[in-house]
Amino acid sequence: MAALTTTVVDLSQESARDLNSALHKASPGTSWHVTHPGGAHNLAVGLTTGLDVVIDGPAGYYCAGMNQRATVTVHGNAGTGVAENMMSGTVRVRGSASQSAGATAHGGLLVIDGDASARCGISMKGVDIVVGGDVGHMSAFMGQAGRLVVCGDAGDALGDSLYEARVYVRGKVKSLGADCVEKEMRAEHVAELAGLLKSADRDDDPSAFRRYGSARELYHFRVDNSSSY
Amino acid sequence: MCGIAGLQVRDPSLEPRLGELLTGMLHQAAERGPDSAGVALYGDARLTPPGHSAVSLLAPGDASAAEIAALVGGDTAAVTVSQSVVVHSPSLPVADLERALRGAFPTAVVTGRGTDLAVLKGVGHPDVLAEEFGLRAATGRQGIAHTRMATESAVTPEGAHPFSVDENVCLVHNGSFANHATVRRELRAEGIAFDSENDSEVGARFVAAQLAAGHDLEKALRLLCERFDGFYTLLVTTGDTFAVVRDAIACKPAVVAETDAWVAMASEYRYFAHLPGIESARIFEPEPEEVYTWQR
Repeated sequence: MAALTTTVVDLSQESARDLNSALHKASPGTSWHVTHPGGAHNLAVGLTTGLDVVIDGPAGYYCAGMNQRATVTVHGNAGTGVAENMMSGTVRVRGSASQSAGATAHGGLLVIDGDASARCGISMKGVDIVVGGDVGHMSAFMGQAGRLVVCGDAGDALGDSLYEARVYVRGKVKSLGADCVEKEMRAEHVAELAGLLKSADRDDDPSAFRRYGSARELYHFRVDNSSSY
Repeated sequence: MCGIAGLQVRDPSLEPRLGELLTGMLHQAAERGPDSAGVALYGDARLTPPGHSAVSLLAPGDASAAEIAALVGGDTAAVTVSQSVVVHSPSLPVADLERALRGAFPTAVVTGRGTDLAVLKGVGHPDVLAEEFGLRAATGRQGIAHTRMATESAVTPEGAHPFSVDENVCLVHNGSFANHATVRRELRAEGIAFDSENDSEVGARFVAAQLAAGHDLEKALRLLCERFDGFYTLLVTTGDTFAVVRDAIACKPAVVAETDAWVAMASEYRYFAHLPGIESARIFEPEPEEVYTWQR
């Protein structure tokens, strides 16, 4: 049942620690509205229950880090490491995100309506990330699982040292990283991508995207290379 | 960590508000560098009347501003601001003013020189220093601010940024140069003297050497990318140029925001949040090893 009331936390009056402490004690299903965030770091971090948290303004580093089950929406830009190590739930940034968005995240959905900068989805381990704009260099670096969808362009070295994360890009890719290759966009991928775009409330045409993945040349040891060690 | 904030004003109607806007940016940067801080102000008439040659130095301690001005002689005037003194003259060229000052105070640590350029820096919390600088009341066409969390050398006034080692040029750095000792040795062998053991000063001296060799600022920063190892986000200014460059990995943060009225660079977006027109600003994070310049 949807919460009937929303608790307002004014960060011009209370600290990020006060906010997080209150959120950690909150009952599942409750709604929270955070005002005057002023780009403070570590907002709504370590949530474990199905809360709905709206941050009304810019957030600093590690916003919604380690999130489980909660829905966190930032009405502004987010700093480094938004939703880093997220396990489940949804994090949405209405503006743009700085470096390492969704780093090492295991699950859940991260949506960034604007751009994400360098290393978006670095070492992603199962999270789904949908970026409405562009991503910076070395995005999906060492991505192990999950899907990264880029509706704009990708910077240098996309998918460098990629394991099994899947990457979809609509725009231009400046360059591919080591062991990242373009792959055929089969019907199952179009369907998968359509689902991801829908979950991010986007209406982009899935057939306009290209798919990238690991050539799997790098992460299996090749005996021919043994003399290099 | 260190914090960087810079603002170049393009709309003259904002010039009276330079200090107020920069104070807000510096305050946000304080968390990234509580050890020491500094600012460079281009065209703050309180400290440097328009068109005057100006030399900034660390306050020698036992001499008042009036005594310093009297010892330098001629038509010079001086003002003490926190841990710095700014000496200026309407008639002496910048180099002559610096020479006269060094003659009168052989042990002076000169922290800046240029046309209506003041460099103020010191050890202490950035918010406290901003108060001591009277930064909120500053005016001008361009200003940069830096908050330092020391890693490569001690927390001293000499080690605080900005580093201004060439006429009108100021450099602030977030990061650490890995090969600064090697480059310092090379520059010393060419006869270049240093004021501190700080790695960032080596970057500033290197840029000054490239400018002296006839390169423009953009080329000087490209050469810095080729020569220096390590991590760096740099903001470098001259009298009318505002330049940003990051290392090949771009691990140290940098955000640029630009409107028709101003261009600003910061370590974090929140430093911009109070700037007029930020809602419609063009905002981006600089690409690695790309030199960005804005000309006023």
